[in-house]
Amino acid sequence: MGRDLSYAGVMGRRNEIMLKAVGIDYRTYSTGVLAFDYEALMAEAGDVQEIRRIQRETHVGDTPLWELGNITRLVRTLAPPGKGARIFVKDEAANPSGSFKARRAALSVYNAARKGYPGVSAATSGNYGAAVASQAAMRSVGCIIIQEVFDSRGIGQPEIVEKGRACEAYGAEVVQLTVGPELFYVFLVTLEETGYFNASLYTPYSVAGIETLGYELAEQMVAREGRPPDVVVVTHAGGGNVTGTARGLRKAGATATQVVGVSVDLTGLHMASDRDFNRKSFTTGHTGFGIPFATWPDRADVPRNAARPLRYLDRLVLVTQGEVFYVTELLAQLEGIERGPAGNTSLAAAIVLAQELDRDRIVVVQETEYTGAGKHPWAQLTFSCKNGITVERGDPADNAPGRRIVLPEDPAQLRVKEFPLDNIRRSYLRNALSQAGDRRLTPEDYRFLADEIGQDEDQVRSLLKEAAASEAN
Amino acid sequence: MSDQARPGDWVQIHRVVLPPGERAPQVPPDTQAVPLEMWVKGFLLGAAGPGETASVRTVTGRVLEGRLVGIWPAPGHDFGAPVPELMTVGGEVRARLAQGGGDANRG
Ligand SMILES: Cc1ncc(COP(=O)(O)O)c(C=O)c1O
Repeated sequence: MGRDLSYAGVMGRRNEIMLKAVGIDYRTYSTGVLAFDYEALMAEAGDVQEIRRIQRETHVGDTPLWELGNITRLVRTLAPPGKGARIFVKDEAANPSGSFKARRAALSVYNAARKGYPGVSAATSGNYGAAVASQAAMRSVGCIIIQEVFDSRGIGQPEIVEKGRACEAYGAEVVQLTVGPELFYVFLVTLEETGYFNASLYTPYSVAGIETLGYELAEQMVAREGRPPDVVVVTHAGGGNVTGTARGLRKAGATATQVVGVSVDLTGLHMASDRDFNRKSFTTGHTGFGIPFATWPDRADVPRNAARPLRYLDRLVLVTQGEVFYVTELLAQLEGIERGPAGNTSLAAAIVLAQELDRDRIVVVQETEYTGAGKHPWAQLTFSCKNGITVERGDPADNAPGRRIVLPEDPAQLRVKEFPLDNIRRSYLRNALSQAGDRRLTPEDYRFLADEIGQDEDQVRSLLKEAAASEAN
Repeated sequence: MSDQARPGDWVQIHRVVLPPGERAPQVPPDTQAVPLEMWVKGFLLGAAGPGETASVRTVTGRVLEGRLVGIWPAPGHDFGAPVPELMTVGGEVRARLAQGGGDANRG
């Protein structure tokens, strides 16, 4: 056959390979220089009721919503008089593969099977791999998961090693790699060789699959309390969780609910660095993905990312690794619910945000994830110590990503750090301008950019001016 | 791992995908300096000893070749050791609740 398997050769065939492996021709959605019809693209996946039906076929969704009474009581010992909102959690660990990622995988695998692909593949080091593997097992299609696991010493991130084990438990083939973005190259070679479907995290199937989470959550709260929640906190990395949840809330009529994204602060650690790789004590829900994907979603493995969090975020806050391990302990010890740390990222923020709100307000933590060997505070902190990171009790303000993890001495020390959305909007527009290059933006592009950053067109023009000025400097 | 592996054994193979000089241009210097390596598991085809070239059939039916590095390999991860800094947290927050203050009155 003589296919060119060099790095440059394969990357040059990327669009052709992806068109075959996803079955969506993204070019047909273009409406301007930058603009594309996002809603038409999302409609590829079907409406919420149809998606629910498909997800129920493979036992996905309909997870319980619980009130965290003891954590709410704890919050009220910290809050000013009259403050301390009620905190609820949606136990997404109850999905077949142990996380909300089952919702994303369900539609991808359903469509792959329906369209006659022999199998599915995904490039993911996270819970998504196990989700795809579990859904592939249910629909009897092949599954290959490609993970970034090891540094150059051959030392694996315990969270990722566990996820690889889970994939194998569901009957998937797992390809394990050392650090580097060339994982994408290996993924392309694999798709080309096998003819498998790309169960990307970023297709309309994947993101629309999360709409049921927001939809269910609003329905459950209305049934229970007669109204939707006031605030939903969402652990944020690649942006699908925020996007899908917010879209589902809106579709259920919860248009006044505030959507707050929460990421673990890993500022300063380089995502493609061999050295930094194992100085992270979290492998998802962190700023290393959260900020780049918000400022330019189309860095994904498909031409147009269906996860566009800047359209939906009302607020973005950061917490520290130590705070998340601490609240993981609170959830286990006060509520009797032992779950994985990454999924509790938004719980750490909820405990702080609830203190700002009146007692009759309702805050929902929209997910949990399963816990197990490798995905556990002891496993992750033992690994931190082995990699030269200091673990201590103290004020989380003294946290230093990759050097020091600080577990609060007292719950009153839990904090959130605001990440100004305008900073992300400016970066987004700078990226958009550089994509446009010399091409002149059309009126449709301005409308699109306004939707993209969740602002009006005047705001787009003024931020663009600032961005252009800072570019010129 | 001194024993020969037999046909049908569940083994792990290793391969260098990209040597140091051929890494993607956007990769930082520390990563540029090391190869991109890959590990895959499958059922061994033919017999092979540790470090020798071996072929496996993976669970999806692919046949892949590499250097034999593991025979019936264990994942190796665990729950870690108890973390002293976390051991007292449960008691502390329960004591705080027992002192009262935060009544859970609905609404
Ligand atoms: C448990 C858990 N929560 C949240 C996220 C973040 O989701 P997203 O990448 O869609 O922002 C992930 C994914 O990495 C996850 O595994």
